[in-house]
Amino acid sequence: MLDTFDYNSTLMKRNFILAISFLVLLSSTSCGSSSSAEAASDSQATYIENKGSDTIVNLALAWAEKYQGENPDVRISVTGGGSGTGIASLINGTVDIANASRKIKEEEVDEAKSNGIEPVEHIIARDAIAVIVNPENPVNELTLQQISDIYSGKINNWSEVGGDDRPIVRLSRETNSGTHVYFLETVLRLGSKEDKTLFSTDTLLLPSSEGIIAEVRQNPNAIGYDGLGYVPDDLKMIAIAKEAGGGYVLPSIPTVNDKSYAIARDLYMYTNGEPTGIIKEYLDWILSPEAQQIVAELGFVPAK
Amino acid sequence: MEKSLTWREFIITRLVQTSGYSAIVFVALIFFFLLREGLPTLGEVESSSLLNIRWYPIEDHFGILPLITGSLIVTLGAALIAVPFGIGTAIYISEIAPRWMREILKPLVELLGGLPSVVLGFLGILVLSPFLRVFLDLPTGLTAFTGSLLLGGIAVPTVVSVAEDALDAVPRAYREGAWALGATRWQTIWRVTLPAARSGVLTAIMLGVGRAIGETMTVMMVTGNAPVLAVKLGSLFSPVRTMTATIAAEMGEVAGGSTHYHVLFFIGMVLFLISLGVNIAASSVVFRAKKRAERILS
Repeated sequence: MLDTFDYNSTLMKRNFILAISFLVLLSSTSCGSSSSAEAASDSQATYIENKGSDTIVNLALAWAEKYQGENPDVRISVTGGGSGTGIASLINGTVDIANASRKIKEEEVDEAKSNGIEPVEHIIARDAIAVIVNPENPVNELTLQQISDIYSGKINNWSEVGGDDRPIVRLSRETNSGTHVYFLETVLRLGSKEDKTLFSTDTLLLPSSEGIIAEVRQNPNAIGYDGLGYVPDDLKMIAIAKEAGGGYVLPSIPTVNDKSYAIARDLYMYTNGEPTGIIKEYLDWILSPEAQQIVAELGFVPAK
Repeated sequence: MEKSLTWREFIITRLVQTSGYSAIVFVALIFFFLLREGLPTLGEVESSSLLNIRWYPIEDHFGILPLITGSLIVTLGAALIAVPFGIGTAIYISEIAPRWMREILKPLVELLGGLPSVVLGFLGILVLSPFLRVFLDLPTGLTAFTGSLLLGGIAVPTVVSVAEDALDAVPRAYREGAWALGATRWQTIWRVTLPAARSGVLTAIMLGVGRAIGETMTVMMVTGNAPVLAVKLGSLFSPVRTMTATIAAEMGEVAGGSTHYHVLFFIGMVLFLISLGVNIAASSVVFRAKKRAERILS
């Protein structure tokens, strides 16, 4: 499909990743048995089980590949399944590292403690969502409330937010996208759990990031959102204020890191207790400039 | 020698028979599977909720009416384009075009039929939808109409090749008889050839419509997928969400056995029933026409 950058992996992709990691494991064991020189190092090979968020899965996979290339005696198996799945596996003690695009919940911490597991949080990258419009659109800045009203259908014309007299065409990712859900919770509902606001029914649900970018590129009526790293230079990003009268902030790596940009979240890895040994080495490497370079390449914001 | 011949005969007959029956078995199995996965919906979701106008499955809004109307309006638009164009082209190729023209046109139409729908979808996103937005002064070019135009394009080759075969099968004596009575070329086509090929032409239309209603990739790319109830004439020029696009977009992420999963299969069932309805309607027309022809002839 169009969606080469979609980091919300589908079932198929998940299976594919499973299959790949399985193959990697298989080939590594068969290599080890065929050559006696490698067999020695293979017997000392350490395995790291890494599971969780679909948002992070591609990033985690890229890290694992690079790290295994540099440290042949380490085998890392990466699977998706969602943040909840990853944390549940950590609680059950079946994985070494759980990936999560949200913070661990208190009940999950309690459950882990009753299982003798002490979840320790590591911020490994950040993810910002940019709101994008066509460069012809004179609107440069919006408040979170205005974006919420636009997407819920209360504002229907660009002139209501200081633009031309044009109808607003709302673009969103499909409902199965984690980004869709994050945008719904953080922007439409402004983070409120009780709020039951929904996307306006005439919101166009496009199956890929590329679809949104193609439409925004040619349509001055359109508004869309996408991961910061995926926004091409010829589209205009909107500066966003958390409250009316507050400062309008454009998304960028510094504004995400100092938390002044509103639609950004941390991405986490959780371990059981303070990491030791090989897991500590791996996590330290993840925070190294070399690994954080991969973060930027995949369209996320480096944690440091 | 003779024994091996009868043996061979026996095996071949059985093989042919099995492949014939297999079609029935497969359809039955598919329908059974659809029923098994789709019917639990009726227990899990109240029918009033199913007939709601809001489709937002991740928050348990399962109104499928917008999806049904979306599919119907896109298919209707596609049929309005594909039927006249398809039959017109078939008539031109079979009745009017000189031989050399026919030799060029037929392979070209077949080539058009072989275009992958995702390629047409690309064309739709990059060329057709920007053009329609400016040309018709619409808020967005991702509309039901854009989908209809492309689906029409997809259905035309099907209609042309089946209808052309049917027209070609009409005995030459029919046309010669009409000409001998002094009928013009147009009168011959409209009053004699086309009615004589009616059952084949209807099959062509039916297959074309079936192709249009089941098409997924193109509509998912160009119709905007907004689940809006499409009941006004203006809905043709606004975004809609079809049943096929919904299944394709959401099936990948849905948890097996969940309510959402069952509802998606339920939509598949509805789609199946609509196709079945179209088929039955068309064949009953063909059947009636045959009966009448037999009565006249006897």
